Amino acid sequence: MTHKHIVSAFDRDLEGLQALTMKMGGLVEESIRNATTSLVSRDEALAQKVRDADARVDALEDRVNEDAARIIAMRQPIASDMRTVLSVIKISANLERIGDYSKNMAKRTGLLMDLPVVDGASHSIRRMAREVEQMLHDVLDAYIQRDADLARDVRARDESVDQMYNALFREFLTFMMEDPRNITGCMHLHFIAKNIERMGDHVTSIADQVIYIVEGALPADDRPKADRTSSAQFEG
Amino acid sequence: MKDSPTAADTATTEPKIAARGVDVFYGETHAIKDVSVDIRDKAVTAFIGPSGCGKSTFLRCFNRMNDTIDNCRVTGGIALDGENIHDRRVDPVQLRAKVGMVFQKPNPFPKSIYDNVAYGPRIHGLAQSRGDLDEIVEKALRRGAIWNEVKDRLHASGTGLSGGQQQRLCIARAIATEPEVLLMDEPCSALDPIATGQVEELIDELKADYSVVIVTHSMQQAARVSQETAFFHLGTLVEFGKTDEIFTNPREKLTESYITGRIG
Repeated sequence: MTHKHIVSAFDRDLEGLQALTMKMGGLVEESIRNATTSLVSRDEALAQKVRDADARVDALEDRVNEDAARIIAMRQPIASDMRTVLSVIKISANLERIGDYSKNMAKRTGLLMDLPVVDGASHSIRRMAREVEQMLHDVLDAYIQRDADLARDVRARDESVDQMYNALFREFLTFMMEDPRNITGCMHLHFIAKNIERMGDHVTSIADQVIYIVEGALPADDRPKADRTSSAQFEG
Repeated sequence: MKDSPTAADTATTEPKIAARGVDVFYGETHAIKDVSVDIRDKAVTAFIGPSGCGKSTFLRCFNRMNDTIDNCRVTGGIALDGENIHDRRVDPVQLRAKVGMVFQKPNPFPKSIYDNVAYGPRIHGLAQSRGDLDEIVEKALRRGAIWNEVKDRLHASGTGLSGGQQQRLCIARAIATEPEVLLMDEPCSALDPIATGQVEELIDELKADYSVVIVTHSMQQAARVSQETAFFHLGTLVEFGKTDEIFTNPREKLTESYITGRIG
C-alpha cells in the first residue's frame, strides 16, 4: 500500500511491528552465520555467544506477539493490514524456531570439539548453512519490498538445500560404515545437517507468508521437495 | 465494476431487486452513475462508502423515495421480483409498503407505541377487526425484539422510549405492513453500542424472512451484519462482492484504501 492511514498512529504501529520482526530476522541471520563459523573453525567462544544470543530472539518474539495482539484489539486491522499483522505473528514464530536450530547447532559444536574431525563434512555443512542464510536474507528483503517473485525464488531454492542434506546423509552413512569411531561425530553432524534442512523449511514458510501478504492467498502449488532420506535404505 | 453486477456465487437464485444502469441526477449533479446491482432475498446487503458517495441516494431508489425530491431524476431499470418499479401501474405508496425503510434517526410518530405500529396496517387495510390489529401489532413488536420491553405500556408515547428502543419500534413499524424488503439508512449511527448490538442481532434475525439493505458508515458493522457488500465512491459502484472477501481481500485498490482507513 502506498497510501498512508488517515490515523497516522496506525501506520506507526504497523511499522514498529515490522521493524521488530526485521530486527529478529537480523539476529537470526547472524546466529546462523556464527554457529556455522564456530563449527568450521572449532571456536567454542563463538559457539557460546550463539547460545547466549538466543534469549534475545525469544524475547523479541514475545514482544511481536504482544504488539500484534494490541494492534488487533485497538485498531481492528482488516484486508492487507490484517494480513500484515497475522503474517508477522507467523514469521516471528518461524524466526524463533530457526534461532533454536542455530542454538542447537552451537551446543553440538561444543561436543564435537573433543571428537576426531570428520573429513570434509563441516565444509559441506557450511555450504548448506550459507545457502539457508542467504535464503533467509532474501526472504526478509522480499518481505520488506513486498516482492512475491523473490519469495517464490526463495521457495524454489529450498529444493537445493534438501538435496545437499540428502548428499550429507549418504556421506555420513559411508563414514560410519568405514570406521565405527566416526559414529558419535557423524550422529552429531547429522543432527546439525537436519537442523539446517529444517531451517530451510521455516524460511520457505516465511516466503509463503510474503506471498500471502502481497497476493491475499497462500501459494497453491506444492513447493518442490527433495528430502528423500525418510525412504533411504541402509546399503551395507 | 469490471465484473458482472452479481456478487460472486450468488447468481443461483433470482434477485429480489435487480438494478440495471441506474443514474440519479439532482438538478445538474450526477449523483449515481450507471450502477447495476442484484440484491438477494433473505440476505443482508451493506452499502458502504465515504459521505457523499451516493449510497443513501441509491438506497432511496428502491422504494422511490427520491420521487419526493423535486429536482431529482432517476433513470435506468429497477425491478422488484422482476417487475419494473417505475411502471405506471405501480403505486408508490403500495411499493413502500412492500419496501419498508428505517432511518438514521429514530422517528416514531408522536403517538402511542401501539398506534405507531398499527398505523401502516390501518392505512393499508391489513386488519379486519380490532383483534386482528392487536395480533399484527404484537407480532411486529415481537419481530422487532422490543415486545418484552413495551408490552405493559403499549399506550404510552413512542417518543418516551430510549433511542435504541425507539429505533427497534421504528423497525417494528416498518415490518408491520409485511414488507418484503427492508431498507436501513444508517440505523445505528445514533445509538450506543448496546442498542447497536440489539439492532444488529435483530437484523440478523430479520434476514430469515426479508431482504435487508443497510447503509452504514461503520465498516465493522457492515462486516458483522452483511453477507454482501457494495462499495460506492463518487457515485460509482467500485466493487460488489461477498462481505468476507471484501473485508479480507478486496479486488479493487480503491476499496482496500477505503476499508483500511487510507482515504475518506
